[in-house]
Amino acid sequence: MSFDNAYESLLGHEDAHWAFGTGFAEALVGVNREFPSTVDRADIAAYCLMLGDDALIMAQRLAEWCSRAPELEEDIALSNIALDLLGQARLLLTRAGEVLERDEDSLAFLRDEREFRNVHLVEIDCGPGPGGDFGTTIARLLVFSSWRLALFSRLRGSADPVLAAIAEKGLKELAYHRDHAAQWAVRLGDGTDESHRRMQAGLERVWPFVDELFLAHPVEAKLSGVAVPSAELRSEVEGVLEAVFSASGLTRPADVPTARVAGMAGRDGVHTEAMGFLLAEMQHLHRSLPGATW
Amino acid sequence: MADELDLAFERTVRSEARIEPRDWMPDGYRNTLIRQIAQHAHSEIIGMQPEGNWISRAPSLRRKAILLAKVQDEAGHGLYLYSATETLGADRTDLTVKLIEGRQKYSSIFNYPTLTFADMGVIGWLVDGAAICNQVPLCRTSYGPYARAMIRICKEESFHQRQGYELLMTMMSGTQAQRDMVQDAVNRWWWPSLMMFGPPDAESSNTEQSMAWRIKRNTNDELRQKFVDMSVPQAAHLGVTFPDPELRWNEERGHHDFGQPDWDEFWQVVKGNGVCNAQRIAHRRKAHEDGAWVREAAEAHAARQVSKEAKMIGQSA
Amino acid sequence: MSSSWPLWEVFVRGKRGLNHVHVGSLHAPDAEMALRNARDVYTRRNEGVSIWVVKADDITASSPDEKDPFFAPSGDKVYRHPTFYAIPEDVPHL
Repeated sequence: MSFDNAYESLLGHEDAHWAFGTGFAEALVGVNREFPSTVDRADIAAYCLMLGDDALIMAQRLAEWCSRAPELEEDIALSNIALDLLGQARLLLTRAGEVLERDEDSLAFLRDEREFRNVHLVEIDCGPGPGGDFGTTIARLLVFSSWRLALFSRLRGSADPVLAAIAEKGLKELAYHRDHAAQWAVRLGDGTDESHRRMQAGLERVWPFVDELFLAHPVEAKLSGVAVPSAELRSEVEGVLEAVFSASGLTRPADVPTARVAGMAGRDGVHTEAMGFLLAEMQHLHRSLPGATW
Repeated sequence: MADELDLAFERTVRSEARIEPRDWMPDGYRNTLIRQIAQHAHSEIIGMQPEGNWISRAPSLRRKAILLAKVQDEAGHGLYLYSATETLGADRTDLTVKLIEGRQKYSSIFNYPTLTFADMGVIGWLVDGAAICNQVPLCRTSYGPYARAMIRICKEESFHQRQGYELLMTMMSGTQAQRDMVQDAVNRWWWPSLMMFGPPDAESSNTEQSMAWRIKRNTNDELRQKFVDMSVPQAAHLGVTFPDPELRWNEERGHHDFGQPDWDEFWQVVKGNGVCNAQRIAHRRKAHEDGAWVREAAEAHAARQVSKEAKMIGQSA
Repeated sequence: MSSSWPLWEVFVRGKRGLNHVHVGSLHAPDAEMALRNARDVYTRRNEGVSIWVVKADDITASSPDEKDPFFAPSGDKVYRHPTFYAIPEDVPHL
């Protein structure tokens, strides 16, 4: 098309504009995909599933906002964040799949609930369903992206070149997500009485699920130099959250972490009741047509 | 003086130059444009719902990403178009309220339900295809901001159409169940797609003035014919058929002959009796109302920031 | 009903060597959110592009035509949103 328009000069990089839908395979082009010899590949796969499932389930939840956000601009922003996380999930599941000899879709759609390794924080309903509202969603996004950003900034130094590359790519995205959530937390905390109350309630809702983010998992110990020890992240994340609280007039909720179930939680494949419904919805079509190609 | 302005306006339009926001324009032109662009914007926003319906259930991660990005594009299109109405003095919130109160319309096609994932492909191929036929001429519409918004939208829509067609090709090369799903979706969407061009020219009220103002560039029937001619070979390539026994090539006309959609059904859906009319509006209303406290909070915070800055300037002075 | 957030005009430098070009507008409560939304809406967060956001109310505009609508019947204040499109015809692509 040749019209008297201002976009021609902007859309020269047309393909980049469509980064989400196409050309996905090239995301990590040129990265060495060999596994480090110092650790067990099965442990790398397990670790990739944890981080990949976190991103996948969080994306699934965030995408629920599509067409339901408080303003069009925010609808687009939340979709962007969901797309970033979906992209991270695909890279991580693909990496796990190289060990498990399964592709990303087999891992996403054909594992049962007990095989999912995500933390509870990402799977609970924080709105737009009845489990929360925009404030709850922002509270979760703030905690999740602050934590994941701290994790990915360390993961850049991983001895697994693919994990390091995924972290490098994801870092900018997560910094953006955290910033977005922090800005909203401040706006809502310092907005109206109602927004302050809702934002505080959102924090109270997600806070019991925060502790799980920092619990050491046995696989981390076996992946020295490859994985990031979760316990290391606590002080950095707490610092970020404190800064947001003080800027917004919000109060840090009391620490009353959710108890484990027979000693287990999300990383062990033991989830909340919300997870079964989430997976039923996400997986049913893929499972109803075995052998189909999409 | 008014006559002089009127003449200048007519001259500009006739010479295919663009009318820009600060130019004088007849009230009728302004109001027609606001109504038409708002209707188009509403269609993009309501149109997010039938496809958004399948994001959570998309059968592969790649399709999930594509679909989410596509629905996000529609939000962007709505936003560009609402912006164009704002150059005419309209207000987005006001238009949204008109939409959820049923005082302004959106494309009736979105009152049809999306029942299988094949609908995602068929919407891309046929519904977006019909939208492109309608919209490409609008890239040359007389009102500058509208034309520029349409250029951007058309580029993205044509990408969506290719994506939809690609999904269908993939499904057609899959299992028999998938092929059946595609044909079923085509059967349900073909007639509604033809209805997207509006009633036959003989019954269409706004066409003549809109054509003179260059805010509409082709008649409903011209565009419908173009769409049918475009779609028939695409269907053949895909291996699906259209549910129209009268559809055949007419050598003499150099076009396809085709049957008429059920205009009674069309008017019923337009009047609000489609399967999803009430649901679509309720969904949009809920998002708007649930978001009110967030919009108010952001405004209150911004106002407080401004007064803080003013105070600081006051102190330093 | 809640009122609207103010309108912001968005200008994007697509790449080095080009002028900032008006690409459209959006609503945001403040400049920070306007910038953020502009990146999401108009550039899909493409790295390396420069964005300006300007409150539409803060733009003072002249009309391209001699017949200034400010002095014309019904050419009144509804045009609080002037739209400039500096088409970069004269800017060489690098």
